[in-house]
Amino acid sequence: MQSFSGLSLLLHGLTGQRGWQPQWRHPEPKPAYDALIVGGGGHGLGAAYYLAKEHGLRNVAVLEKGWIGGGNTGRNTTIIRSNYLFPESAALYDHALKMWEDLSQVLDYNVMFSARGVLMLAHTVHDVQVFKRHVHANGAAGVDNEWLMPEEARAFCPLLNIGDIRYPVLGAALQRRGGTARHDAVAWGYARAADALGVDIIENCEVTGIRRDAHGAVEGVETTRGAIRAPRVGVAAAGHTSVIMKMVDIELPLESYPLQALVSEPLKPIFPCVVMSNTMHAYISQSDKGELVIGAGTDAYTSYTQRGGLHITSHALEAICELFPMFRRLRMLRCWGGIVDVTPDRSPVIARTPVPGLYVNCGWGTGGFKATPGSAHVFAWTIARDEPHPLNAAFTLERFRDGDLIDEAAAAAVAH
Amino acid sequence: MLLIHCPYCGERPEPEFGYAGQAYVARPRQPAATNLEEWADYLYRRDNTRGVHAERWRHIHGCGRFFNALRDTTSDHFLATYKAGETPPAPVRPQRGP
Repeated sequence: MQSFSGLSLLLHGLTGQRGWQPQWRHPEPKPAYDALIVGGGGHGLGAAYYLAKEHGLRNVAVLEKGWIGGGNTGRNTTIIRSNYLFPESAALYDHALKMWEDLSQVLDYNVMFSARGVLMLAHTVHDVQVFKRHVHANGAAGVDNEWLMPEEARAFCPLLNIGDIRYPVLGAALQRRGGTARHDAVAWGYARAADALGVDIIENCEVTGIRRDAHGAVEGVETTRGAIRAPRVGVAAAGHTSVIMKMVDIELPLESYPLQALVSEPLKPIFPCVVMSNTMHAYISQSDKGELVIGAGTDAYTSYTQRGGLHITSHALEAICELFPMFRRLRMLRCWGGIVDVTPDRSPVIARTPVPGLYVNCGWGTGGFKATPGSAHVFAWTIARDEPHPLNAAFTLERFRDGDLIDEAAAAAVAH
Repeated sequence: MLLIHCPYCGERPEPEFGYAGQAYVARPRQPAATNLEEWADYLYRRDNTRGVHAERWRHIHGCGRFFNALRDTTSDHFLATYKAGETPPAPVRPQRGP
């Protein structure tokens, strides 16, 4: 694997940038592996990387039906934060946030993590009470989150219009360690690092069936590129998880919805942080390319189309124009949709399934990107040891039967 | 934005409607005799179909009534809408352009 350094960049610059090699191989699938990961997004590629790096499982393949990072990993608004309400959630997301901080060094690949601060706006008395509850709960859990008065919020984000709007800003919760990262680089960085440890990354390979032995345990999968044997299969297929799990007759507590985002024409650096507004249904940050990255809410209905209604994005833009009047004349460049798998309690599932050897990592809903390193890390642990890591022990499928919900639904700050 | 054919009012734009989830999810008739798995099925587990999905909508900003629909979740085309209590019609795929 080629390593990156200031010196290598300089040397390749002097030789016309012709010496770079592909960052990962494109191998043909082997007939058998020790473990398979279904889904080549950040969570799946990361899980393969941690299986190889921390659990000594190097005969591993990642099966991706399209191209890696082409699903939700490449379609989200890259917001990273960990100020969730409940202790289980805060611990899991904060595990991820701590891993983000040195991920570029660990992978030797610049994922452009930028802890620029995530500001969550309160517009109603209810918002104020909920966010203050979050601030206190996070304080008790050792997760940074602070309450700002409206003027303090405007001092942190000077473009913010706090007064003259339908839903005036009554305050904000700020997580300074939160921020953004470069979504494609996360997929590419994990792919490159996993490949270097021997993991096969197999694109254009759709899983069409799951094979089980006489005792019901997983034996392998059938794919559009032939059957592949493996005693352990981890599914990290986001919006398509229900489709995969139906192959073994498991019905999940998931519904798949389109979630849209859009970017503006590029601007000079103008927007210093991430701003989220749950009540007004919009969130915004500025990418390093200069585009404003804007997220909308989900559509009302379930769908697998990877597109949504124009009235949903239009609603988000109306909110942005109220909060940041100087953006009213800005033109939008592109918009797109991803398919997010939403659980009833808006918390993920990272767990064993009733089928021995089959593991699932799903239900991240509208906010999975932020958890990528932590989710991948504990999912690899769960697959390698056939038991959950302490951090994902509560995120089971059985919690929906037993009533042990981790109910971030009412508590989460994003628009659902 | 979808155009949705309310069986009572005719075709109207999507913002007049509320989505009401998967159809034919029946509440257990004997709550006391229903075990936890059956409650989880009723409350939380869903088909989440990729393909033709039987679902309920409500014409909130119109007649206010619930009705059923068959929609292809890979294209968002409605194959049929029909009144609650009616037998679902055989789904007819709409003619698409060349």
